[in-house]
Amino acid sequence: MSEITSLTLYELIKNIKEKKISSNEAAKSFVDRAEKSKKINVYVTENFENCLKLSKEFDDKPNFDLKLPGIPIAVKDLFCTNEVRTTAGSNILNNFVPTYESTVTQNIWNEGGILLGKLNCDEFAMGSSNETSFFGNVQNPIAEDLVPGGSSGGSSAALAANLTPVTIGTDTGGSIRQPASFTGTVGLKPTYGSCSRYGIVAFASSLDQAGPMSKDVKDSSILLEVISSFDKKDSTSIDFKRNNYSSELTRNIKGLKIGIPKEYRVDGMPDEIEKLWKKGIEYAKDCGAEIIDISLPHTSYALPTYYIVAPAEASSNLARYDGVKYGLRSSGKNLIDMYEKTRSEGFGEEVKRRVMIGTYVLSSGYYDAYYLKAQKVRQLIKQDFDQAYNKVDAILTPSTPSSAFKIGEKSNDPVSMYLNDIFTVPVNLAGLPGISIPAGVDKNNYPLGLQIIGKPFDEQTVLNIAYSMEEKINYKNNITDWWMK
Amino acid sequence: MTIDLKTVKHISKLARISLDEKKAEKLATDMNSIFEFIEKLNELNTDNVEPLTSIAETTLRFRDDKITSENIREKILKNSPETNDDFFVVPKVVE
Repeated sequence: MSEITSLTLYELIKNIKEKKISSNEAAKSFVDRAEKSKKINVYVTENFENCLKLSKEFDDKPNFDLKLPGIPIAVKDLFCTNEVRTTAGSNILNNFVPTYESTVTQNIWNEGGILLGKLNCDEFAMGSSNETSFFGNVQNPIAEDLVPGGSSGGSSAALAANLTPVTIGTDTGGSIRQPASFTGTVGLKPTYGSCSRYGIVAFASSLDQAGPMSKDVKDSSILLEVISSFDKKDSTSIDFKRNNYSSELTRNIKGLKIGIPKEYRVDGMPDEIEKLWKKGIEYAKDCGAEIIDISLPHTSYALPTYYIVAPAEASSNLARYDGVKYGLRSSGKNLIDMYEKTRSEGFGEEVKRRVMIGTYVLSSGYYDAYYLKAQKVRQLIKQDFDQAYNKVDAILTPSTPSSAFKIGEKSNDPVSMYLNDIFTVPVNLAGLPGISIPAGVDKNNYPLGLQIIGKPFDEQTVLNIAYSMEEKINYKNNITDWWMK
Repeated sequence: MTIDLKTVKHISKLARISLDEKKAEKLATDMNSIFEFIEKLNELNTDNVEPLTSIAETTLRFRDDKITSENIREKILKNSPETNDDFFVVPKVVE
């Protein structure tokens, strides 16, 4: 049998149910490997002791009817975990220990999952490289000094490095799909309203959505089934019939219509991305899908729209960090001075930049020109997808315009960093489900991903197409454990 | 349109983030390059377009006005940087 840590979630569950591996053995394997993997810096807070203890308790009184029986799982440090420090990658929450649990993580524990620890991420999920975290860069297990993507960079790196069987991230503009693409893993952003936002540190409330990240498509379907739920504690949670995604997973996608949007062929896109996309189209055809050319005419307006809407919502959400009720407090000569110093010292550069942009676009005299304008364009972007879905069942695009870049390569140029999310942002603006699956490598052997975008609430079709294409693509990560040498 | 240093300082006051001169200058440069990129939206005529305010297309739910969690004062105060008995403590507000 291969090593415990390299098993997929599905295989691990099977082995635990067949009593070939105990929960405690699994926990020990992941903890041991993590102890040797400090160099890639995936953990902000370790929960190892407690995980080992809880896994033992599970083994003493096992319940194999659960969907995640005794499975150790590390999660992005944006999910509030009761009595376990939650930082959102920020200095301002460095000492924050929640007294409640996010719904998504609670769903995981209810099904037998056990917390391994909290994973590094860009500060308040604002970034595409994990370089804005107060807790330092994360190394991409693919190669040294390569970013793991972001904002769920600790999650993607932990997964690729076999430090957790599956994980969860959050995706506001591509923060699950882009890091999945950069690390040769699978990442799914569900339809807006599928997974509760309760207990997730808020960035941009109309865009934020939690989702599964995994080594293969089947594992994402298992985890989605656990985390997707209607929740009264989130006013935008949607009460719809959720599938048993893993049991309804099928590779039969014969006759499904898959759209290819011509506007995603952007200027300056590297040849290898174009080639990957063409290869993806051939794979989809091989799987029995029908390929149809479509147009999403407002695609090029998605990023400018996003960089108004997301910072505006962020500036409003982050107003709560005032040094009074929780988090960091800096001393000031009066109340206002205390607020200003706390926020100046507590927030990093990228967060300040976005709070400033958001404050500006919402300020008196500019609201109509920026925020209202962006909301109108957002409507046009959503209508593009509505019209496309009259003709097709799903859409196939590249996940990112490039493979993973070097640490430091883009950190001084915010706009070039933002361009990373060009193919993922429209999906958030329209609230749709989207998955990134590994589909090939570039000239440096760095992974490249393809994105499948679905109709609202149709995660099943997205998963089925991904599952079917995954078999044809047959991608394998080549991780050498370089950080242990 | 360009964002000058004076505007950046005004916005930093509104955002309650103190900035030194050097950081303010850097932010002015960054914000200008970002807004140059955002200006692209002005190419579009959106006069007859309804703004999209919620993607969920649902109306907000009502709930009964009932207390669902009680006796959590200690929990709420637990993470505060400074408390006094059952209160949050802030720098003196009234002279």
